[in-house]
Formats: sequence, structure tokens, C-alpha cells
Amino acid sequence: MACEKRQKFGRSMARETGETKSAKVKKHKRRKSKKETKTRTVHANILYDNTKGEDNPNRHYANNKIKTTKYTLLSFLPKNLFEQFHRFANVYFVFIALLNFVPVVNAFQPELALAPVVFILSVTAIKDLWEDYRRHRSDKEINHMDCLVYSRSEKRFVEKYWKEVRVGDFIRLRCNEILPADVLLLSSSDPDRLCHIETATLDGETNLKQRQVVRSFIDLDCEFDPIKYNSVIECEKPNNDLNRFRGYIIHRNGRRDGLYKDNLLLRGCTIRNTEEAVGIVIYAGHETKAMLNNNGPRYKRSKLERQMNVDVFWCVIILLVMCLFSAIGHGLWMFQYGDKRPVFDVLSPEGTELSPVVSAIYLFLTMIIVFQVLIPISLFVSIEIVKICQVYFIHQDLELYDEETDSQLQCRALNITEDLGQMQYIFSDKTGTLTENKMVFRRCTVAGVEYSHDANARRLAMYQELDSEEEDCTSHGGTLPRRDSVASHQSGKVVLRSQSTKSHRRTGSRAEAKRASILSKHTAFSSPMEKDITPDPQLMDKVNECSSQMEFMRFHSQSLKQIPPDLCDVFDFFIALTICNTVVVSSPNQPRQKVRRFELKSPVKTIEDFIKRFTPSRLTSGSNSSSSSSLTTNRSSSMKPGCSMLSSPSAESTLTRLNEEKRQEHDLHAFCPVPHNYEKTKAVAQDECELRYEAESPDEAALVYAARAYKCALVGRLPDQVTVELPHLGKLGFELLHTLGFDSTRKRMSVVVKHPLTEQITVYTKGADSVIMDLIRPATDDCKGKRQRKILYKTQNYLNLYAADGLRTLCIAKKVLSKEEYASWLQCHLEAETAIQRREELLFESALRLETNLQLLGATGIEDRLQDGVPETIASLRKAGLQIWVLTGDKQETAINIAYACKLLDPEEEIITLNADSQEACAVLLENSLHYIQAKFLCSPRPAPQPDYPSIHFSTASSGTSTPFLVHRLGLVIDGRTLAYALDKSLEDKFLAVARSCRSVLCCRSTPLQKSMVVKLVRNKLKVMTLAIGDGANDVSMIQVADVGVGISGQEGMQAVMASDFALPRFRYLQKLLLVHGHWCYSRLANMILYFFYKNAMFVALIFWYQFYCGFSGSAMVDQWYLIFFNLMFSAFPQLITGTLDKDVSAETLQELPQLYMSGQNSEEYKPYMFWMNMIDAFYQSLICFFIPYFAYVDSDVDLFTWGTPITTLALFTILLHLGIETKTWTWLNWVSIGFSIVLFFTVALFYSATCPTCFSSPSNTYWTMQKLLGDPLFYLLCVLTPVAALLPRYCYRACQGTLFPNPAHMGRQLDKLPVDMRRLFLSQSQMKLGSLGALFTPRTPFIPLCRPFYKDYMPRVTHPHMSGIKAKEKEKSPASPVPTKNLDLQDTPLSSKHSDNHFALNYRVPERLQACRQSSAGALSENSPLSPIIGSLPYTKDSRTGTLSSCLTSTPLLCQTEAPRSPSLGENLIDERSNQTSLLEQTQDGDCAPSPSCLQEHCLKTTFL
Amino acid sequence: MMASSYNAKEEDGHHHPGSVGSGGPGGVKSKKPDNTAFKQQRLPAWQPILTAGTVLPAFFMIGLIFIPIGIGLFVTSNNIKEFEIDYTGVDMSSPCFNCSQNYSWNSTSSCSCSVPFTLDQAFESNVFMYYGLSNFYQNHRRYVKSRDDSQLNGDKSSLLNPSKECEPYRTSDKKQIAPCGAIANSLFNDTLELFYIHPNGSRFAINLVKTGIAWWTDKHVKFRNPAGGDGNLSIVFQDTSKPVNWRKPVYELDPNDPDNNGFINEDLIVWMRTAALPTFRKLYRIIQKKKDNMTPTLPPGDYILEVTYSILTINVTPDYPVRSFDGRKRVILSTISWMGGKNPFLGIAYITVGSVCFFLGVVLLFIHHKYGNRNNNADIPN
Repeated sequence: MACEKRQKFGRSMARETGETKSAKVKKHKRRKSKKETKTRTVHANILYDNTKGEDNPNRHYANNKIKTTKYTLLSFLPKNLFEQFHRFANVYFVFIALLNFVPVVNAFQPELALAPVVFILSVTAIKDLWEDYRRHRSDKEINHMDCLVYSRSEKRFVEKYWKEVRVGDFIRLRCNEILPADVLLLSSSDPDRLCHIETATLDGETNLKQRQVVRSFIDLDCEFDPIKYNSVIECEKPNNDLNRFRGYIIHRNGRRDGLYKDNLLLRGCTIRNTEEAVGIVIYAGHETKAMLNNNGPRYKRSKLERQMNVDVFWCVIILLVMCLFSAIGHGLWMFQYGDKRPVFDVLSPEGTELSPVVSAIYLFLTMIIVFQVLIPISLFVSIEIVKICQVYFIHQDLELYDEETDSQLQCRALNITEDLGQMQYIFSDKTGTLTENKMVFRRCTVAGVEYSHDANARRLAMYQELDSEEEDCTSHGGTLPRRDSVASHQSGKVVLRSQSTKSHRRTGSRAEAKRASILSKHTAFSSPMEKDITPDPQLMDKVNECSSQMEFMRFHSQSLKQIPPDLCDVFDFFIALTICNTVVVSSPNQPRQKVRRFELKSPVKTIEDFIKRFTPSRLTSGSNSSSSSSLTTNRSSSMKPGCSMLSSPSAESTLTRLNEEKRQEHDLHAFCPVPHNYEKTKAVAQDECELRYEAESPDEAALVYAARAYKCALVGRLPDQVTVELPHLGKLGFELLHTLGFDSTRKRMSVVVKHPLTEQITVYTKGADSVIMDLIRPATDDCKGKRQRKILYKTQNYLNLYAADGLRTLCIAKKVLSKEEYASWLQCHLEAETAIQRREELLFESALRLETNLQLLGATGIEDRLQDGVPETIASLRKAGLQIWVLTGDKQETAINIAYACKLLDPEEEIITLNADSQEACAVLLENSLHYIQAKFLCSPRPAPQPDYPSIHFSTASSGTSTPFLVHRLGLVIDGRTLAYALDKSLEDKFLAVARSCRSVLCCRSTPLQKSMVVKLVRNKLKVMTLAIGDGANDVSMIQVADVGVGISGQEGMQAVMASDFALPRFRYLQKLLLVHGHWCYSRLANMILYFFYKNAMFVALIFWYQFYCGFSGSAMVDQWYLIFFNLMFSAFPQLITGTLDKDVSAETLQELPQLYMSGQNSEEYKPYMFWMNMIDAFYQSLICFFIPYFAYVDSDVDLFTWGTPITTLALFTILLHLGIETKTWTWLNWVSIGFSIVLFFTVALFYSATCPTCFSSPSNTYWTMQKLLGDPLFYLLCVLTPVAALLPRYCYRACQGTLFPNPAHMGRQLDKLPVDMRRLFLSQSQMKLGSLGALFTPRTPFIPLCRPFYKDYMPRVTHPHMSGIKAKEKEKSPASPVPTKNLDLQDTPLSSKHSDNHFALNYRVPERLQACRQSSAGALSENSPLSPIIGSLPYTKDSRTGTLSSCLTSTPLLCQTEAPRSPSLGENLIDERSNQTSLLEQTQDGDCAPSPSCLQEHCLKTTFL
Repeated sequence: MMASSYNAKEEDGHHHPGSVGSGGPGGVKSKKPDNTAFKQQRLPAWQPILTAGTVLPAFFMIGLIFIPIGIGLFVTSNNIKEFEIDYTGVDMSSPCFNCSQNYSWNSTSSCSCSVPFTLDQAFESNVFMYYGLSNFYQNHRRYVKSRDDSQLNGDKSSLLNPSKECEPYRTSDKKQIAPCGAIANSLFNDTLELFYIHPNGSRFAINLVKTGIAWWTDKHVKFRNPAGGDGNLSIVFQDTSKPVNWRKPVYELDPNDPDNNGFINEDLIVWMRTAALPTFRKLYRIIQKKKDNMTPTLPPGDYILEVTYSILTINVTPDYPVRSFDGRKRVILSTISWMGGKNPFLGIAYITVGSVCFFLGVVLLFIHHKYGNRNNNADIPN
């Protein structure tokens, strides 16, 4: 029921359009503006019920009735017409039609001339009417949904329609109800005064959100009674920011309480997990946030359409020229007769004689009417029809359908399908787009000890195999059930699985996934793969040891401080994993019902309370008992969270009670500790498996599941308490003092808890290693500090390792606050929290204050697996000439490794890494890399094409608009900070110059804003077509900026999808979408548009030629009916069919030969010259079609229409045959449509000529013409001869083109014709080496054969004057430097050692940092370096991460130095450098800092070859 | 920033079965697209590839077909006999010079002239006699429109209230003009007679048939005299005025033959069918072949064309004033074949196109021979 409702609601919301709503809002605003200023004041309606609204202060607010229709019955016609006339084309055509009503200029019968325009307008109007009617119906449905509204007269809540709800009404909401309006939550049946809502209809996020009762109503013990309510609410005026709501509530006693977004329930959300809630309506109807957010569909104009518009403009010019020519001709023609008026020059109706000049002016207008067809009225309609069909076919594609999620591709923007075929740059998000966004806990390091989790790795590998096996199996039509069993077997916990939540994402088995897809909506991020983590035995032992020790300590009432620090860290580490998040726990058997913890009693607010309720029987009282009946009874006993906040229960009592309980248990199993453990884990497992974790991000879920694997399970979360179940210790309640949520600026989140065991106020922080590492401050006392520094050092090493493995790294840290520290911080924080203005900023600052001087606990490595087919997709997209940039928020090493994994970076290619920490450094780096690239690739002569690869050229960049640019086998890696500098106005050009010459670009650590800036920059500066693909909210801005935005409908909500033009279920579908559908759409539409121009020009030119024979009088030999309906009827269908169905190359070939995509990128199907070629062809053909009948009938007794009708017929034949030449695939539909066109023409012509001799007024008088013609052999002779003569050049040209200079598509088509096995053979050969077919592609191809590096014989020559200048400078300075100035940059990350044999590093250092760097390089670990104390004090160096040290440019060329021939001058240089480097190597190895990958050179730029 | 439309969710919404967890995949309607050839764009198709090799046969075929047709047409056209006499009278020497000087529609003097000519060849079968005008823009936009088909169709109301298109030839002397409009007003009104000069010097008038020169449908369907008046057209047309240029009203066009009088006068019908091009001919009379079939319709010899500039009224004889627009007046005698009058163009065109195709075929053959193989080898590596 609820779901149905929701669907309806969602649908209706979708239909609501911006205009009406904004109009309405405006209306209301106008009225309101008199009354109020900046805020809205809401009183309760029940206070004013008697006066029926007269003095109800809420009466000016919009009520809850929604009306999304655009029109009423009366306003439909004027309004719709008005809207249609916003389109310029319509105005133009109406203007022309109206011109016909002016007698002096009219060319056609005025009524007839209106026909096409009226036809097109009415088609649109009918479509609008239908849509509006549907909108009306859904409005009605929504307006008549029920809800409970408090009635003053009846003193209870009564059912009312949604539309009757008014601002200020109290409404009662029950579980699973949809909110009818924006409601301020005043009461909730939930003991914690919470209300859970699901916001899927608003933002697509399926996890539950908690909303809180307004603060002043939290304390209410009894049921909320609306009668007693008499506060006034003041809040913001309606706005569309879903994440903002501010205001305050003023009670009668004058007390004010702030209202935040946490208090507001938004219209369209669904109440979950909450039995009942009461609230007051704040915004209703069109003023709700959901409605204000409802914008109409996106309108984008495609590149092709832009190009087309240019040519439409040219058509206008041609039209004007033709008209002008005719007008002048007419004037001259008139003039030659002078005063002698010939008989056929009829006077104007008024009988006045017109001077040649006036005549010419009139004629000009007449000609515009006659030639109007040149600007094709039907083109716009046809394009829309074709695009709708294209969208339909894309939707229908089976290969773009994802069985697991039962979703197919969605085209959300209907008018840019052809842009898909013209993409040049792809900007991709990494997480969730290239990868599954299924975070799997892979390994971790705690207190400096690494736990490799080998078993876990094996388990993951199994999934991988399974998936690929699955792939094979399904692709060969294998059956799914077998898979299922295998999967279940392999994933181990069969029992668990059947109960556990399934995810719709890539689970172990597809069949299972399919089964699970129903449940998928309910718990994100929890496939078995993510959940069933195999613990590392070593760590498991430690955890057990730790727990038992703790138990022991507690047993002996010893201080916990006695536990060895590493165990303590392990404990803290898991506690942090468990509680430092916002994961909500729920139970699967009652989905969406929050688990009421483990007992039926009221929630635990304090530790005493916790202990009081802690009974040995807890294990039997299952967690699945969220019975609602108990809730009411609980309510009274629940304690006020406000009081518990700072209450400090006595630690002793907690411990003793716990211990008592524990002891009992312990005694029981005293002699068999192992079975004890075993049993317990089993019990716990069963207990746990019924819990679901609803996380906002997959990382969080992964960590919680990981912790659970170590028996450290999160079992309950309340706003003020987190319950954790630990081995030995049982359930512990952590009093949650604060949660400082994650944000992308801080890149971390923290929780402040009161530790139940130590009673300390502890901050647990989890975040990106780059930020956390900076906040770590090892303890000052010697022993501890040393240990912590060691941990820090080791952890850093492991982090590097993790990153090299492509794992996502997170650091976990903690901090213990003293009471005083906490108190002082709390004061500030509370101030920030209660602030009404600048609340967000204050909270942010407050968080920053807290998260300092942390103590590192450990780090985790989370694996995010690549999606299926990503490397293949990237490889083929790249072959298709697409430049792929990956913009990710991940850290550099992780990003690079993922890039390698998905073949974005090639181990054989060089990588330029840009890390700079200042604007200047960035400028120099860019400059240098630019020179480097130039020096390396441009100055050197091109490699002579090797005989095997006759066709290898450096390709020009696909942009096509600017100067040809070379794309090299280079990869560029740039981090967020450098990117920020590089995107500066002064540097962006250089950045682009570098970036575009690289084959792949990887931007790490970039913010959403930067992503969109990069896209914008590339799009605007390079004038290329960009596609952005992403899945998360952080990609939205990028998606919106790009020409085509693609959203992955994944787990991270629907924001990206909502913003996108196309939504894909998987990344790999991009391949078919672009290579096949994009190509088709583009080529179809391009050909159709060209054909349209040709067709119209050809037809109009016929009439133009005739003007030479009718005194330029604007006469037409084609009857006006034919003239007007020729485009609309006779020649319309075949081109629509061809435009929809034509396939220049088959889908298989397009995918196998991605190179074919380049034709779209280079706009090869529709180039500006092609328009003119088509025009010339059109003029030629029309000349033939005109003059063959002309000469055949010259000086005969033929009359106007007996001569004109054959011309029309010939033109039709020619036009259709022309289409035939251009049609590449002939299906029966093509035949039928062409046949239909011809039959239609003759039928209409015969019918028209036979009906009524006098019906059609004067110029058209074709009575019996067609019949007469059909009896004339000459007519048939003409019909055979003329089309042949007209199409001869084009046919011949196409034939020659096919043989002499076939384009790739041609070859693809030939390939299509080959038998399957031949084709496969050929394709496999062409994959291996670019054979002769490849030769066709290469001239524009950035595709370079992979097998052999083409610049094998070349040395990098860093000989640019600028560079050598720097070198010189560096040499000058070197003697002054006390430490070796030339210090080798080892950059010995596992990455580089893994992927390259040779390193090439260019280092650049800003002077200020010199001192610190030198110190660290010399191994002098002095802690008193003022500039960078942390760095100075650490035994390792974080070059790019800390940013203080370095700005380095690294590249790893694939050079075989030994083979390198050297020119004498260069050789010297190189040898010199090499010797330098060797000495450097020795130096570094001599020094202590050998393993430290630091780079220390002052203004030096070195080339280093190892 | 936020969701702009709810479409996506709406579709997702379909997958919420009423009670969560109970429904299997069978219960949910899958959105899986149908695997049909049409929807998957796999319709069986013919994929012609245009290369020199594949189009070769077409070119040769066209050449082989067109050239014979062209030759046939050319021969047919050449067998047609045609004789043309220009009687515009521009030259001083021309017999019609004097008459042609008198170019006003309203000149009062009557004028006639005789143009002698000699036929070298006999004209067999029916001979069609045309008058031809040059530079007469009967296809001028305003001219073409200036008529009322309803009136000509015998519609009573239109007779007395002609269409506005006829302006400014709609009314005259406050009476409606019948037939109205510029086309009718400028009716060709020269009378042409043909005499055969027997070698012995005597003149024989050749019988010129003046019916059967218009389209059957025009004469019987499109053009009709208004009903009433018991066949007396003068009564029917009594409230109308004659076109201003005419010497006599429409019901006196052929007083002798009621079936050729009024609107159904065939000279009028032929004139009303406006010519397509400024140089045109219109069928004037038909010289039917002799019954005996032995003597040709027009034996070779001397003829005289008598042009009387006054067919309508005896007293007023304007020349058809072609000189105001540099027009020419001709009389054409022609036999016709199945393909109409003499016109060698079509035959030549067919021959030309056929030859060009043949030539291109040869060129393509060469191209195919020279370059086609290269591609084929490229396509299919051994």
C-alpha cells in the first residue's frame, strides 16, 4: 500500500514543472510581502478555528493543494500558443503564413499556407494537452490522499485530504506514511524522541535518516496535546535548500529554541521505524522544499544541433540571396518593358501600376514565401521524432540492461543522444564508477603491526573468480542455479547468507543478486562479500588476549592502564572502528524497523541503567524484538537524555556489576576456555547476523563489518549512546557525547564518547591518512613518544604499501581529553550549536579545535574492487580516441594503482607527476614538463615508420578545432593542491598544454568543485566535447558542467543520476552507449540533417530556376499543394525511417573496432564543407530535374502544371533515390517507407487532380493533369532519365570513395559482410597489429600499437634552454650548500619499483623549505625546526602528502638507455649527469637517509636515470 | 543542485513489492527489454556497399539500356515533320509589317496580311496547326491567378460575382466581366487561315478543324456554360460585360456552333490553359488527313497563311500586340508521333546519359582493376 502510494507520489512529483509552481509562489509572495519581511511566522491553526481564517495569521501561506498543470480549459489555447511561439522557428513560419494574407505579396492561398504551421502547432498542442491532463490526474490523486489532521472541534485527529492541510495544522503521521507537507516534528512515539525517515523520493538515498523532536518538546513526558500548544514558530521563507532549515520557536513564556534541519520532516519522505509522530505544518503545497526543488527536465543543445543551427543560418542567407536575386531580376524585367505594359503584367488589384522598384520589393516578400521550404519546417519536428525513437532504442537495448538491478539505461535528456557519438574527453570519477564502490575490508595495521589478512585476501580472490566465471557462464547462456550453489558454498556461511540482507550490487553470485534485488533497497553496502570478513588469526588472538586481559583486570579491579599499550591500542582501534561512524543498526526480518536494542525495556541512557538492565539472559532475548507494543510502556520510564549527557556514573559500580555478571559466566566455562569462546562467538554470530548496518558510505559499513568479524560488534546506536558488544566483556554502552560528522574539507569524522571502562572522555577520529597524519602529535615523554613515533613511522610505511596495492586507506586515531579540556571545548561547542547564525562555520571551527594532538591507533586498507569490464572498456574507449581523465578524491598512490589496474595508465608509459605546494612551484613545474614533453617528442625527428607498421603516425588530438596536438604515451598525475594552482587563470593554459599531450590524466584528491572546474576548463578552452561520469553527490557539479553527464545508478544515492543526462547501471555499458549508440545516433542524425538540407534546397532550387522563365514573378510550376505538402508528407517518411534505423556499421564491428568512433569525434559525418557539398549537389540535381523537362517540353503546348507535375515527380524520385544511395542498411521498413512515399504521392496526385475542377482556387488548377500525364510516354521517359542523370555524380562519387579512399566506416561495413569466422580472424589480427585496415584509421588516431614502443631509439633530451638555465643556476649554488645539493630522489614507492625499471625525476624545491628538507635529508632529526616540526621530527618524509617538502615532477620513462644513440653534444651532457647521479647514489646510500624517499634540491631540476 | 526530476525514483519504485522480502523475482515485472529483432535493431537488412566493383554492372546496364532508347527517340523525333512561319512582322519586308505596327488593342482599323510559304515535304496523317508566341509570360504569377474557375465552370453566382483574383479585370462599366481576369482578357485573337496554292495558281482553302483541340475533360467538365436561357447564351450572359480587350462578348465566340460557343469555346479553353514557359505554342486547328489515305494531308508546294487581325469583330481589327513585349508570333504546322511533337532533345539526352554511364563504367572498371584488389587484400588477410 505504502509503496504504491509512494510510487504515485514519486510520479506526480516528477511531473511537476517549474513554471506553474514558480508562478504560484510568486503570487503568494507578492501578497505576503506586504505582511511580513524575511521570515515566516507560523501559529497553530487550532487557535483560530472559530474565526474561519479571517485573522488566522497563517492564511496567506499556500495551502497544501498542488496544481502542477499548466493550463486550464480556458487558458489552454492562448497559453499554449504563447509558449509555442517562444520557439523562433514557429514565429518565422507563422509570419510567412501570415504574409500570404497580404494580397500584393501572397504566393499561396492563405488558408493553405497556414496548413503546415497549424499542423505542427496542433501536434505540439495535443501533446501538451495530453501531458497536462496526466498531470492533472496525478495532482488530483495526490491531493486526495489521506492524512490525519487535528481538528479543534472534535478534539482529535481526523482524516483529511492532503489538499485540506494548511500551514499551522497539526498532523499525526504513522509508520510508512508519506509526509504531505514540510512538518516540524513536535512529538514522536519513539522513546528517544526520534523520527526516522527515508528520503528516497527526494535524493534517492535509501538509508534511514533520523529527525529529532524540537528540543523544547523532548522533555514532554505525556502525549503531545495540540490544545496545549501555543508557541509561535519563526522560520525562513520557503526555499529549495533541502539541507537547510533555520528558525526558532517562541514559547509563551518567552523562551526561544532554535530549529534546525534535524527537526524538519520534508514532504515526500516516508516515515519509517516510528510508530507515530506529530508535527505542525510549516510549509505546504508548492512552498515545500520538495516542490521547490522540482525543476523541469534539462534542456541541452547538442553539438550537432548547434552546427545545424549554423547551417540553418546559412540557409537563411541563401534564401535571402535567392529572394534578392529574384527581386532584382523582377525589377529589371519590369524595367525593360518601360512604359509599354505587356498584357501579362497584370495590374495590382487596385488597378494601380507598380513601378519596377516597388514591384521588386513586393516580390522580395513573395519569394520569401515561395522559398520558405528552404528553412525546413519539418526538420525540427523530424529531429525530435528521430531522437525520441533513438532514445527508445537505447532504452530497449538488451545489452544495456543490468539483470541484477533490473535496471536499464535511462536517457534523462532526450535531445542530446547524438552528442554521445562525438565525445572527446571522458572525465570519470573513480570510486563507484570505475570501481564497485563495494568497500571490502582488506587489511589493517594496528599500533604499527601489520595484519595482512591473507585468508581474507583469498576469500576476495574467490569472489573475483566467481564473478568472472559467472560472466563466462552467463555469456554462454549458462544456467544460473548452478552458480548459485557454487557461490553459496564458496562464500562459506550458508546459513548466514540466507538470512542476511542481500545487496543488489555485485554479490558473489548473480543469481543470488537477482533474488536479492528486492531487498536491495533496504540495506545498502552489505553484500556477503562486504560482510563476511575472515579475521586475521594473529589479530584475532590479540583481540582475544586483550579482552581476556581486560576482563581479568576488571575482575581484579585493577586499573586498565596496566594493559600493555599495544593491546590497549588494539582495543581502542576496534572501538573506534565500531563507534566512529553514523551507522544505524536495524533488523532484517522487520525491515525498516529500528532494532530496539537487545531487550524490550527502555533504552539505556546511563551506564548504571545499562548495568541495571544487564541480565545474563540477554543472549536469549533476541534482537529481533522491536515490537511496537512495548514502546508505549517504555516511554514513561525513559530518561531524559539531556540529564544523562553529563552525568558521570561511578566507575566502580559499573565495573563491579559487570564483573559480577562476567564472573558467573566465566566460572561456568572456567575449565574450557576455548569452547567457551567458540560458543560465544557462535551465539554472537547468530545474534549479529540479524543486524543490519545502514551506513551513509560504504567505507563505514566495511569498517563496522570488519570490527564485527573481530567480535566487536555494533549492536545499537542512539543519538546519545552506542552499544558495542565485545568478547568477554559483553555489551558496553558508550555514552556518545558528540558526533562531528564527516565533511570533505576536514576529510575526517570524530566521535566524542565517554569510555565506559576508563571513564575518560575519549575522542575517536577516523579520516584520510593525509589529514590525520598531520594531526598526530606523539606524546612528549620519552618512552611513550618514542613508541608512538615508531608506530607513526611504521604505519606510514604500511599506508604507502596499502596505497600501492590500490587500497583505500583510513587512519584511526584517538585522543583522551581531560575533564577541563573537555569542559572548555564543550562550552565553545555548545555556543556553536545554539548559534542561529553562522552555525555551520562555528561548528566547523569547533571540530577543528577538537581534532588536534591525536594519538595514532592504526590504519585500515579497504579494497574497492574494479567493476567488471572496466579495463576493457577503458582500453576500447581509448582506442576510440577518447581521452580519459580520472578525477578522484582518493589519494595519489591509491589512484595511481587503480589507474594501473584499470589500464588507464600503462606500465610502459611515462608518468609525469605534478605535486607543488605553491603557485610559483606549480608554474615552474608546468613549464618544465611542457619543455620536457616538447624536448622529448617534438624536437626529435619522428621515428621512421617501421615496415611492420606502415601506418603509425603521431596522431593529432581529436579536438580538430585547434592546431593539431600530439598525444604522447604519457600519463599525468596531479594532486588536488597542485590542481588548484594549475587551475588558476595564469596557469590554466600551460596546464592544459601539458595535460592534453598526455594520454591519460589522473587528478587525485580533487574536490567536487575542482572536478567541475577541470571539466569546464577543458570544455571551454579546448572546445571539445566532454562527458563526465560519476556516481556520487560529489560528481554532481562535474556532471552538470559537462556536455553529457552520465550517472552511475549505484549505491551512493541518486544525486548523480538526478543530475545526469544518462544513467547507466554499470561503467562498462559506457562502451556500448558511446561506441554503438552514440555512433549510430550521431551518424544517423548527421546524415538526416544533411539530407534535409539537401532535400529542401533541391526542391526550392527547382522553383528558383523557374523564376528565370516567368519573369521573376514568383510563380511556381509546382502546384501549391504539392509545394506545401512535399516536405510534410511525400518525402517525410523514408528519411525518418533511415534516420531512426540506419546502421552504417553493425554493433559488433563498432565495438570490435573502436576506432570507428573517431568519425564522430571529428564530426566527419557532418562537416561544414559537407553542407556546402550537399548544397552544390542539390543545385546540380535540381538543375537536372529542371532542365531535362524544360528541354523536353520547350516550345510545346505544355501548360504550367502539366509541366510542373512531372518535375515534382522527378524531384521526388531523385530525392528518394538519393536517400537510397545514402542508406546503408535496407530493412523492410526502408522499402516499405519508400514505396509508401511514392504510392502516397501518386494517390494524392490522382485524387487531387480528379476530384473537383473548381474547388481549389486559382493558381492551382491541376484538374486531370496527373491522369493525362500517366498516359504520356514522355512522362515515363523523363522519370527514368532524370533521376539517373541527377544522381550520377553522387553515385559515382560514392563508388569511387568506396574503392579509392574508403573511410573507416566503409571498411567496417565491408567487415560486416565477411563471414563470422573470417571476421573474427581478421579482427584478432588487427588487434595484434595494426594491419592494413588499421592504416585507414591511423591518420587521426591516437592509438599506438601496444606491442612495441615507438620511441625506442630515442633518448629523452632535456635540452631546453630554460631547463639548462635552471641547471646552471643549481650548479652555481651547489658549492655553497653544506649538504650535497644533488640528492637523488629515489621515489622508491612500491608503485614505481613495480611498474618501471627506469626513473626519471625532476625535482623542484621552493627555497623556504630548504632548511627543513636538508635537515631531514641529512638524517638530522631535530625537533626544533620551526618550519615543519613534524617532518623534522619524523624519521620518514612524506613528500607529497605533507606538501611542505616537495614539489616534484616524476616520470618513469620506458627507456632502454643502453640502446640509446646519443648525439655528441647531448651525450656529454648525459654522461655528465649520469656520473653525477652515480655519485649521488653513493652519497645517499652512504648517508643514513638511504631509505628515505626525500628529494632535496634547491632550485634544481635533475634528470636521473637509474 | 538537487534532484531535478523524480523519474529515476519513480522507476525504482516499481520494485517495491507490497511486503518487503516476500516477493521473489517472479513476482516483479522485469524491466528487461524484449529480445526482438526490431527492438534490438537487428532487423534483417540488405547492406549494399558502394564500391567501384559493386556499381560497375549498374553503370554498364544503364549505358546499354539508355543508348538504344535514345537512338529510338531521336529517330522518332526526326521523323516528325514540322514547319514554322514567323508572321510577327518586325521586318519591313514582312507582309505583316504594316499590321504589326498597329499594336494597340483599341486601334480601329482592320488589317490582314498573307504570308506565303512553301512546304518541301509532304505532311502525312493529321497535321496540327499551332500558333506560337514568344516572350509571352503567360506564367506570370499575377497573370496565372487572374481567372475564376467557378465562373468558367458555369457557376451562376460566380458569373455575377467573380472571384477577387480577377481584379482588375473583374468589372467593367459596373457590370461583371465574363470571363473575368487577365488571362481571358488577353485571349489570342488573330485569325489564321491556310490556303494551298495549286501549281496552277488557284487557291484552295484548307479545312481547319477547330474542335478537339482542347482536353476532353476541360471541354466537358471544367468549362461549362451557365445554365438557363434555353440555350440562348446571350440571355445567360446578359448581365455581364465582355472583357475589355474583346471585340465581342463571349457568347459570340462561335455563333455557328453552340457546342463551341461561350465558355466552352475551345480556343478560349486552350488559351485558358496557361503555358508553362514564356515561349510556347498552343494548338489552334487540326488538319485532318484525307479520307482516301492516298494523298498526304499537306502535299508539298506553296501555301499562303492568311492572318486576319480581326476574328471577333469586322470593324475593329487589332493586331495581337506582341510587339509591346518583343514577342514573336508564329504558326507551326506539325505532325506528331506517340511521343508528341518534334523534340530531339530527349533522344540526345538519353544517348548522352547512356554514353556517360558507359564511360564511367569503363573508368570504374579501371579503378576497380587497379585499386579494388588492393582493398580486398587488405580486408581479408590470408
